[in-house]
Amino acid sequence: MTIATDQSKTKAEVKTEQWMRMYRRMVMIREFEEQVNELYTRALMPGLAHLYIGEEAVAVGICEALRGDDYITSTHRGHGHCVAKGASPDRMFAELLGKEAGYCRGKGGSMHIADPATGNLGANAIVGGSAGIATGAALSSKRLGTGQVAVCFFGEGALGQGVLYEVMNLAALWKLPVIYVCENNLYTEYTHFSETTAGDILARGTAFGAQAESVDGQDVRAVYATALRLVDRARKGGGPAFLVCETYRYTGHHVGDINREYYRSKQEEFEWKTKRDPIKNFSKWLVEEKISNEGKLKQIQEEVRAEMKAAVEFAIAAPYPTIDQVDQDVYA
Amino acid sequence: MPEVATRELTFAQAVREALAEEMRRDSRVCIFGEDVAEAGTPFKVLSGLVEEFGAERVMDTPISEAGFTGMGVGAAMTGLRPVVDIMFGDFLTLTMDQMVNQAAKVHYMSGGTWKVPMVLRTTLGATRRSAAQHSQSLHAWLSHVPGLKVVMPSTPYDAKGLLKTAIRDENPVVFFEDKMMYKLKGPVPEEEYTIPLGVANVKREGEDITIVATSSMVQVALGAAELLEKIGLSAEVIDPRTTWPLDEKTLIESAKKTSRAMVVDEGYGRYGVTGEIASVIAEGAFYNLEAPVKRMGAMHVPIPFSPPLEDVTVPTEQTVFEAARALCAKA
Repeated sequence: MTIATDQSKTKAEVKTEQWMRMYRRMVMIREFEEQVNELYTRALMPGLAHLYIGEEAVAVGICEALRGDDYITSTHRGHGHCVAKGASPDRMFAELLGKEAGYCRGKGGSMHIADPATGNLGANAIVGGSAGIATGAALSSKRLGTGQVAVCFFGEGALGQGVLYEVMNLAALWKLPVIYVCENNLYTEYTHFSETTAGDILARGTAFGAQAESVDGQDVRAVYATALRLVDRARKGGGPAFLVCETYRYTGHHVGDINREYYRSKQEEFEWKTKRDPIKNFSKWLVEEKISNEGKLKQIQEEVRAEMKAAVEFAIAAPYPTIDQVDQDVYA
Repeated sequence: MPEVATRELTFAQAVREALAEEMRRDSRVCIFGEDVAEAGTPFKVLSGLVEEFGAERVMDTPISEAGFTGMGVGAAMTGLRPVVDIMFGDFLTLTMDQMVNQAAKVHYMSGGTWKVPMVLRTTLGATRRSAAQHSQSLHAWLSHVPGLKVVMPSTPYDAKGLLKTAIRDENPVVFFEDKMMYKLKGPVPEEEYTIPLGVANVKREGEDITIVATSSMVQVALGAAELLEKIGLSAEVIDPRTTWPLDEKTLIESAKKTSRAMVVDEGYGRYGVTGEIASVIAEGAFYNLEAPVKRMGAMHVPIPFSPPLEDVTVPTEQTVFEAARALCAKA
């Protein structure tokens, strides 16, 4: 696998404002997820929660390369994708708590946030389940000539799903503007991916003639630079891409997955968190390059934390949907 | 049906005409599936469409039912009106996640913000000597799922009018065509018309027994009604035309009037469409019924290849006639 190294090119091109937006978004995702963990631990959140902590650079790096009207599809671990595409945390928290003010009026929950305003076709709780939807959106874009690109986020666990390969084949045949973003966080639920995935991951993309690349998913600049190139290529009619982002899930498969030693060591978690943390490493670079300083970065963190707390309070105070809504929106 | 409708079309021609008219009316309507373009499907239902509308709108896909059905969902959400072609209804099994977990739920799960205006056209029906994996009638599976609509035309006239409505619907609609009916001829007017989903049609009026039938079983029931007439029994044949939405009122009113009812459908009897419709009638017309509601569906066996075996797995004019006669004999 080749790791993209053309950061210097984008460094010159990307404005300070943009780097700071990316930093803020990454912090937003982490703080959002910390709040989710808190809500869950306090038994205020029903259902399941799959946290994106540790993978922030993937969603932010990719979505920064997208237009507002570009499409994404997301996964059960999807909060990060929603935030990165521009969703507002208060309506996200409201959805997580099953409140009417939520993006899906409380009917979707954590694993199904969707938002037409930000091009979010929806998070999907079937692993690999949105591959067809993303590819279909790319078909619409091509047929209607809108220039939109679709990004299909999925974890490496989805590499076990046949439908992914069906649509990758179709996207390559029809030269559709879709980017398949494989977030390899190393663990398919509670199993290391090497136990479930034979052969070479990248070769799955090249087999169909997609532009297949791999990138350090903990380096937001590298992810962004690579995504920018692949998105631009797709938008110009170059066809689909398959991008593997090497990343790491800091917490369990879901918040209840606490004792993880039977499938991965604490030492491994420690190594990733201390040496390859996407926010810490990006902060360090921002300071070194004098784009920002520690005081400003800390201030952003505090602002975001306050924003998240307010969003949580909004969601807690928001009313549940009235019971008569239970059979509304079954049909359009 | 209008008196002026003297032109006759086959069922296949009616389906094709509906598609062509809708594609002329709305440039967002497109078709994709296996061998839908130059081949026009193995049943030749789509012949000529690619010549008129081009390969951009009539697209041959690989043999990837799950993949292209999923793409239909995504394309429908983002501005196209896809008509996805699943050659044999048996292959619906390959599309089930896309239909059940995706298409059917997108609107509800998104709190009504996304819509999936797509049609999935497929086939049903045995007695084509195609054996167990090309002969099933699996419409009950889809009818079970909230968020889907299921259409089962029984005549060329209904096929055209219902398909046009299905394409204009804002929801995922599954459209079942009995492959044994493609050559069936019937009157289809030249002028524009559509048929609403969820409105049953009385195919024949009668007084002694109500026979509710779907798809090609309507033709079987009409044949049985002729036989019943010869022995002095008057059968009312009702076609619900859609299993969901279901026109419960028309079914119940007819059963109340005749006081006897049977349901004939080519899907499996167990946990199937006949059971659902029979229960609707039993609940709605119980105190007016002279006898229990009779159900006739496919035998609970995989469809066998051998012709004499296959023929006994599905209701026929004769078996429907005999069952109706027996039901009318009960006091």
